[in-house]
Amino acid sequence: MTDDVGKRVARIIAEQAMLDPEAIKPDTTLDDLGLDSLALVEVVFGIEEAFDISVPFNANEPRASEFDISKVAHIITGVKQLIAAKG
Amino acid sequence: MRRVVITGLGVVSALGTGRVAHLQGLREGRSGIAPISLIDPERLMVKIAAEAKQFRGEDHFDRPQLALFDRVTEMAMFCAREAVAQSGIEFDEALGLRTATIIGTAMGGLHTLDENYHAVYHEKKNRVHPLIIPRLMANAPVSQITMEYGLTGAAWSVSTACSSSNHAIAQAFQLVRSGAADAAVTGGTESVLCFGGIKAWEGLRVMSNDGCRPFSKNRNGMVLGEGAAILILEELERARARGAPILGEIAGAGMTADAGDIVAPAVDGAARAMRLALADARMAPGEIDYINAHGTATTMNDRTEAEAIHLVLGEQAKAVLVSSTKSMHGHCIGAAGALEAAATLMALGEGVVPPTINHDQTDPAIGLDVVPNVAREAPVAAALSNSFAFGGLNAVLAFRKWQG
Repeated sequence: MTDDVGKRVARIIAEQAMLDPEAIKPDTTLDDLGLDSLALVEVVFGIEEAFDISVPFNANEPRASEFDISKVAHIITGVKQLIAAKG
Repeated sequence: MRRVVITGLGVVSALGTGRVAHLQGLREGRSGIAPISLIDPERLMVKIAAEAKQFRGEDHFDRPQLALFDRVTEMAMFCAREAVAQSGIEFDEALGLRTATIIGTAMGGLHTLDENYHAVYHEKKNRVHPLIIPRLMANAPVSQITMEYGLTGAAWSVSTACSSSNHAIAQAFQLVRSGAADAAVTGGTESVLCFGGIKAWEGLRVMSNDGCRPFSKNRNGMVLGEGAAILILEELERARARGAPILGEIAGAGMTADAGDIVAPAVDGAARAMRLALADARMAPGEIDYINAHGTATTMNDRTEAEAIHLVLGEQAKAVLVSSTKSMHGHCIGAAGALEAAATLMALGEGVVPPTINHDQTDPAIGLDVVPNVAREAPVAAALSNSFAFGGLNAVLAFRKWQG
């Protein structure tokens, strides 16, 4: 959360959750933040736009997607992997 | 009370052009879903849809008409002609005054809008074709139908996303039943399968990349389709007096709003709409033999809809046949309810219940006989057809078999 990617992801999530970015911790779950399915789609879109990546995410079954959204830390790890894969 | 029957039907869908092709596709359990080919799919993330590939406006309309018709109007006009021809109804001046025309479409002339925006934003054109507005306006299909047949009674378009057709048919039914009209031309039409239209749907992330599997445990989203269906409604005694073919009866309609979420469906709104339709039709839950489900194949819709059906029908839910024909003709948004009315009329008239194809895995959360994969011969005396739209707007139609 201290690096650039982590901070930017936290800021995107915080905006949707209408919280201060400081409130977004690695262990925070999206349920903790009260994000509904639409807000989740907007988070994914925000991340894709910010990092110019495509996140494999299906809103039908968010938990079944290859992209792990169970915790903020996992989202950041996933984003870093996608950025690395982009080369 | 006056009774309302259907005396004509016209259809365009991915299953074919004309009602015979559409119904044959449903009977065979054929899939109209295929790789997108009517537009360049390269930049699309979702590359499958139920395109009405055989339908070309040029085959049915002349140049002045084509200049005025978006694809949604072309499909609606084709269907109106087919429905009027089957019905044998003749619109003289007196009947024209007493005929309502009510057509559902969620998006109207989206192809025209898309092309126009491409021209002004991308190609930087400062001058556009003079007929863009009369082509793209959502009431273009309904207006063109009134002009074709001289239908001078009440006429309007209805836009309630995926429930547009059912809301349109419900209103036409009520006008004829109440005596405000003697006949109605109604149904729905939709084509969102242009580049900008598909892109917009991609954004929601609820579309499947590999197929439409309603109620199946491995379902992973909806598949867009395009098409239209038009019904001719007539007051029963009028239809009988002229010896019209009677395809079935509309017995009731129920409409509700969830007043909840802008995209997520709710059990309560869906269940109340079904109950209202049954009450309006003076039908007991036990009379229902078949439900044409909204069945979009999203995780949420199918679970919510199944729960609503169980709630309304109770023990009877296990005996009723429930199928989603979207598995074959895709989700045609504002045309969905009209295409599904066609499927429901087939079940009532022929005793052939269309299947839910691509049913791979039973989902214990559903607990219904979804007529998996193969059409079933079964007597159907009464049926419901469900539409539950984004925005939480629900419309359910109740049908009865015409016993003659």
